[in-house]
Amino acid sequence: MGIDIRLPLGALFSLLGVILIVYGAVSDATRYQQSLGINVNLDWGIVLLIFGLLMLLLARRSARSSHSPVRKS
Amino acid sequence: MTGIDWLILALYFAFVLGIGVTLKSSMKTSTDFFLAGRAIPAWVCGLAFMSANLGAQEVIGMGASGAKYGIATSHFYWIGAIPAMVFVGIFMMPFYYGSRARSVPEYLRLRFDEKTRGLNAISFAIMTIFSSGISMYAIAKLIQTLHVFDGVFQRLGLNSSWIFDFAIVISAVVVLVYTFLGGLSSAIYNEVLQFFLIVAGFLPLSYLGLKNVGGWSGLKATLGPSFTHSWRGMGHASTNRLGVEWFGLAMGLGFVLSFGYWCTDFLVVQRAMAAKSMSAARRTPLIGAFPKMLFPFLVILPGLIAIALPTQPADPRTGVVASASPGKGIIPVKVDATSGAPMLDKDGKPQLDYDLAVPSMLLHYFPPGLLGLGLTALLASFMSGMAGNVTAFNTVWTYDIYQSYIRPGATDEHYLWMGRASTVFGIVFSIGAAYMANHFNNIMDMLQLVFAFVNAPLFATFLLGMFWKRTTGHGAFTGLLAGTAAAALHHGMTLPAEALSGIKGGWLTVVHNYPSEMAQNFWTAIFAWTTCFVVTIAVSLLTRAPEESKLVGLVYSLTPRPEEEPLAWYAKPASLAIMVVAGTVLLNIIFW
Repeated sequence: MGIDIRLPLGALFSLLGVILIVYGAVSDATRYQQSLGINVNLDWGIVLLIFGLLMLLLARRSARSSHSPVRKS
Repeated sequence: MTGIDWLILALYFAFVLGIGVTLKSSMKTSTDFFLAGRAIPAWVCGLAFMSANLGAQEVIGMGASGAKYGIATSHFYWIGAIPAMVFVGIFMMPFYYGSRARSVPEYLRLRFDEKTRGLNAISFAIMTIFSSGISMYAIAKLIQTLHVFDGVFQRLGLNSSWIFDFAIVISAVVVLVYTFLGGLSSAIYNEVLQFFLIVAGFLPLSYLGLKNVGGWSGLKATLGPSFTHSWRGMGHASTNRLGVEWFGLAMGLGFVLSFGYWCTDFLVVQRAMAAKSMSAARRTPLIGAFPKMLFPFLVILPGLIAIALPTQPADPRTGVVASASPGKGIIPVKVDATSGAPMLDKDGKPQLDYDLAVPSMLLHYFPPGLLGLGLTALLASFMSGMAGNVTAFNTVWTYDIYQSYIRPGATDEHYLWMGRASTVFGIVFSIGAAYMANHFNNIMDMLQLVFAFVNAPLFATFLLGMFWKRTTGHGAFTGLLAGTAAAALHHGMTLPAEALSGIKGGWLTVVHNYPSEMAQNFWTAIFAWTTCFVVTIAVSLLTRAPEESKLVGLVYSLTPRPEEEPLAWYAKPASLAIMVVAGTVLLNIIFW
């Protein structure tokens, strides 16, 4: 029973990453004065996207390896 | 809040509720609902173990304490959590998991007797309701202060004074839905999601803040050594910000309170009981200890930075600094909710609203987009804390109170139904507790007080129960009562400096004054634990020894060592324990 939490985790963080990257790319640069001139949306979005994709990759790999008839999760 | 922030928040809600809905179909028996079918992998349990404790008192309270006391707040992690987490994983989990008890009170019944379990179950149920109410209060207060809903309320023509009530209801409903549907599994999986969100929302805050104040050395130069050393000045209560001497800190926090919480509190132990094997259960608290060790940098550091920044005028966008007299750093002055006037302390100086340290930091540094993520992280922490309490409450209520005293022998289906029903009324009671929590300045202080009364004597009972086979039920029960009484008595007869008799202590007579409220709390715990320890031993020796055959699997000397699964050397419980202890020692040396 249960779910592989890496799947929703990966999906959520990939989506969050994409949202922040897109918003960071189109938003006005003066917005980032408060964050010390760093486009934190873009930078952090990239980090979150990488993390999300990594989680999805791990979930996929373990789903494949558990396709053997003995183990079911 | 702008559109992008709402989008991020909505996405989070969708995933949290989605997990609940997905798990609904696998909730077939009460074991699925209350114990997640005992099928969760170790790393998931480990993160949930840590995350369930990561409620309002952590993110808001630790940031507040960071601003108030400095890096010494990290004692709540490095000596106030890690040693106990290692102890419960290595030494106690074999009995919790091995006994197949479904809850901590049930372990007490197996080891001792019915009355000890009843006492623990009832006091625990009350405590969880309080904790979850405090979480809820924190969410509501935060939403009100950050003016998140003001725009929506104005457009709908509603009175903005209802925002507090609305926020309480909305947060309660979300937690209710996902715990109602998916039980403990849903709470645990969401806690993992919430854990990563909290990291994602707070890591940029610490990074930007540190960069802004010139790194750790800049912070040191601005705040001075009293804020940036965790051990220096601990020789005497008057030479450190906590107002506690090293013995009270190490014994009160590091031993009694910390072990009382991490080793006996069903809220966290339940996460380990849901693990899929004995070795996974033992590794649960150890895996949780790794992020726990590093969390001061995420939750305490922003508080220190908030107090170190130059004082800002009111932010016109949010109006967080409401009064004409600014606070310190970017922390606003505490404002009376009804009159709107700044609240003053005994010397007529304005009090700082430390609980706003972290939210003020979020508004200060985060542009739209990341702000949504930061606020979502805050909400995620509140919800994980609250759901932790709710799932622990419904289990203890259903198994230890309802099944034991009200309706034994019903079908499993009935208890599953009762689990869902108690999720609902548990949350309703929490709402009542949320309104009560409104009267305290620092949430942390109140929680410490509650823990001191209820939890402090408890660890003496477990320590004796698990490691001394002669301990009897009568001994345990009398010891617990005596310990709680000692806590109340000690609190009633002592008073922290600059406090008036009443809720802060001294309600009987004042025989001793403590330099700070924290010192008083730690010593209350020490008195309670010692009393319980001594009374339990004395009464046990006077009563008939329990039969040894009944204690197999429950007491250390009568239980065979747990068989080790074949694990890589670095994944063995003992190796994890050594790594986490070494890391903690290192951190203490760096920030001595």
